[in-house]
Amino acid sequence: MNFSVELGMYPLGSCTMKYNPKVSELIASSDGMRHAHPLQPEETVQGLLSVLHELGEMLSEITGMHRFSLSTAAGAQGEFAGVLMIRKYLREHRLTNKDEILVPDSAHGTNPASAAMGGFKVVKVPSGESGLVSAKAVKELTSENTAGMMFTVPNTLGLFEGEVVEISKAVHDAGGLMYYDGANMNALLGKTRPGDMGFDIVHLNLHKTFATPHGGGEPGAGPVGATKRLAEYLPVPVVSKGRSGYYLDYDLEQTVGRLKGFVGNSAVLLRAYAYIRLLGADGLGNVSSLAVLAANYLWRLLDSEAYPVTHGRGLRRKHETVVSVRSGLPGGAMQTAKALLDYGMHAPTVYFPLIVSEALMVEPTESEPVEFLDEYASALNRISRELKEGRLGNVPRNTSVGRVDEVKASHPTTLKVRW
Amino acid sequence: MLILIVLRRARRRMMMKKNEPLTGSHPLLPNLDQEIIEEMLLRIGASSVEELFSDIPSDIRLKRGLRLPEGQSESVVRRDLQSRLASNKTPPSSLCFLGGGVWPHYIPAAVESVVSRQEFYTSYTPYQPEISQGMLQALFEYQSLMCDLLRMEACNSSMYDWASAAGEATRMAAKVTGRRRFLLCGDIGPTRLEVIKAYVSPMDLELQALPLDGRSGATDFSALSSRITSEVAGVYVENPNYFGVLEEGLLDLSTLLHERGGLLVVGVDPLSLSIVKPPGEYGADIVVGEGQPLGIPMNYGGPHLGIFAVRDLRLARSMPGRLIGMTTEKDSEQKAFSMVLQTREQHIRREGATSNICTNQSLMAVAASCYLAMLGKTGLRRLGEVIISNSHYAAKRLSRVDGVTSPLFKGPFFKEFAVGYEGARAVSVYRRMARRGVLGGYPLDRGFRLGREAGLFCVTEVHTHADIERLAAALEEAVKR
Repeated sequence: MNFSVELGMYPLGSCTMKYNPKVSELIASSDGMRHAHPLQPEETVQGLLSVLHELGEMLSEITGMHRFSLSTAAGAQGEFAGVLMIRKYLREHRLTNKDEILVPDSAHGTNPASAAMGGFKVVKVPSGESGLVSAKAVKELTSENTAGMMFTVPNTLGLFEGEVVEISKAVHDAGGLMYYDGANMNALLGKTRPGDMGFDIVHLNLHKTFATPHGGGEPGAGPVGATKRLAEYLPVPVVSKGRSGYYLDYDLEQTVGRLKGFVGNSAVLLRAYAYIRLLGADGLGNVSSLAVLAANYLWRLLDSEAYPVTHGRGLRRKHETVVSVRSGLPGGAMQTAKALLDYGMHAPTVYFPLIVSEALMVEPTESEPVEFLDEYASALNRISRELKEGRLGNVPRNTSVGRVDEVKASHPTTLKVRW
Repeated sequence: MLILIVLRRARRRMMMKKNEPLTGSHPLLPNLDQEIIEEMLLRIGASSVEELFSDIPSDIRLKRGLRLPEGQSESVVRRDLQSRLASNKTPPSSLCFLGGGVWPHYIPAAVESVVSRQEFYTSYTPYQPEISQGMLQALFEYQSLMCDLLRMEACNSSMYDWASAAGEATRMAAKVTGRRRFLLCGDIGPTRLEVIKAYVSPMDLELQALPLDGRSGATDFSALSSRITSEVAGVYVENPNYFGVLEEGLLDLSTLLHERGGLLVVGVDPLSLSIVKPPGEYGADIVVGEGQPLGIPMNYGGPHLGIFAVRDLRLARSMPGRLIGMTTEKDSEQKAFSMVLQTREQHIRREGATSNICTNQSLMAVAASCYLAMLGKTGLRRLGEVIISNSHYAAKRLSRVDGVTSPLFKGPFFKEFAVGYEGARAVSVYRRMARRGVLGGYPLDRGFRLGREAGLFCVTEVHTHADIERLAAALEEAVKR
């Protein structure tokens, strides 16, 4: 009744559905984790605080940031924190006229939504035919009103934004700040760091890159990091180390305050820490190498006429590939997605990013054996032939329910059982 | 399947030329095998893995290894982390009488067993309803059970936690009414207050506090008529409040508020609702709360479960978060579940969305739905009675300790109560008790201006008579010095 990572390929683009190590579950079920109360004196919970402190330092090293706050519960909450930091920083510097945040048209929906929640206007940056944002386009859109830019690297097309350094410079020259959406960090571990690309604020999705389970829509964790210039603006608490041990530090001069009731999603943070320890520096580098290898390999196995890429044709992919379903039929991408379900495989992300028509966004991750990649590609290729020849019929057929009526669902008369 | 893979791999190896030796292997990286890597590269048409990263400008490539510890085996990592966690002073080796928004409760084994099923914990947001009916039904049941408990019409499938749900509710009240003033009761949790402040900080919204009645420990609702003007977007009240005290006069409050076009936002501990009147019965428009007591571990602050429910379907269209609804198959009347009203959400509406929330706490909602279904109406009622009886017994027992006023407030309470101290600092009492293995008496913030030192205690069904005796002895010792 419910498909999951352990049942088969789950290459949902942008979601990084990797294997969740069992040992992390065992560790997180320790009494010292489950029964720890967030208001108990710090001296009674040093073991866990030491883990959280080390995790913050590891994430700083991985991203090239100065300091991390682990309190935010999800990527979107991290983005909200980042936007509040930008806002507060500008206010402290009496730059209240700056009220625009640049967001590429390929961005996740959370970026514009977070910018709007933070009281900013959203300026959409078009990506070119290559699927990349050019420094030129950014320069044309920056002005004295530019507060900053939210940027995902590699982008949602799975392409590395080659002009990121020039773009960071253009935004900084306009007096704005650069925000890194870390949703796609699984492509870059040990290869390059947001701090080196010129970003000021970063969030990471630990439930993506650091293998904590997705829980059917999470719990996750979306810690936020900042450069030295912005570290004092981070949300509190952060975990610090003092002479008498580790403690929850609320003493950040410019903090945007608290966004979550207590320390953070500690049991998720613990799992991410365990994952980093299991892999180490070399292992994390291999994670990204193999994730990128898998994405490019799977792409190459696809029938390029049935599944062309619409952007960046000659470019290598990073962690994911977005193809357009060319069936000559409207709704071909959704038909293809549903047909995959009959093979016992999860569909890719469908109809995203919005700049690709009939999009399928495929992110296989490093944890699928090559044999599964082969099978996935051959299923997709077979489906495209059947779709073109009109032989696909009503899919899916082998699932616990048939095609669900989502039109009816969007006009609900009730959102609960009526007894 | 596995055997097939092994055989196929053996064949591949035989067909391949002998090449460089393997560069290592890792249990989490099935393709970390020189021959597999080479074959994949061959298909891609790349000469090396490094070439796949050649689009990253060389001046920003990391030219050294990450400064992180070397990878370690599962057994080493497990032993290190388990021993570090074992050094924490937590139940069962210590007693926990702390509350304040996270509370010690018993979690039935069946709840843990259900949420440990990989179909639930390793799946993602149910974007493909045909293969996600299990999760969708579990979340729909959560929404239904929660609506029943709260007496509300729609509940979303979860927020991060109580505090962020309260922050979102405040934003929603301001947006729905288009008004610029919002009132907060003076006895709400201090961390919730801080989160609400941060959430509304980008908005043009003035927050005002309603005064606290220092005797009852509840909100002073007198002179309300002059405070609730037609500029007020809403009022946020917690019931029970931070001191554990149950608020009175909420029906009058909602009547007045509704007359003047404002919304009542109520924060609850869902377990109290088997004993206390549900917020839907006294006119709540939005209900938020902490679902942690419903089968979720304390987890040093998370993951927990933010509850968010509204009075009717009209308000549901303005609410944040995911909603699951019941529909049918396209070609038949067979019922099925799917996500609904997604046009409110960021992945569709982008900057026009009701909130940026995407990732939430679904698995925790599954735990809560199991918990509620297992206990049922009768079980919840009995549990509520046991909690009230234990907490009141403990409050009375502590009143026999010299230099202690227990309970400090006269208002009725559920599972938490404040205790006042003579001649001892609350923070010292809290630390001294912890040294004796009793966690409790979280110091009440000076911001409350109680004019005396006091701490907060929580007593639930997990505490035995002997535990309460140990608490009394620890408190006696801690106050004396």
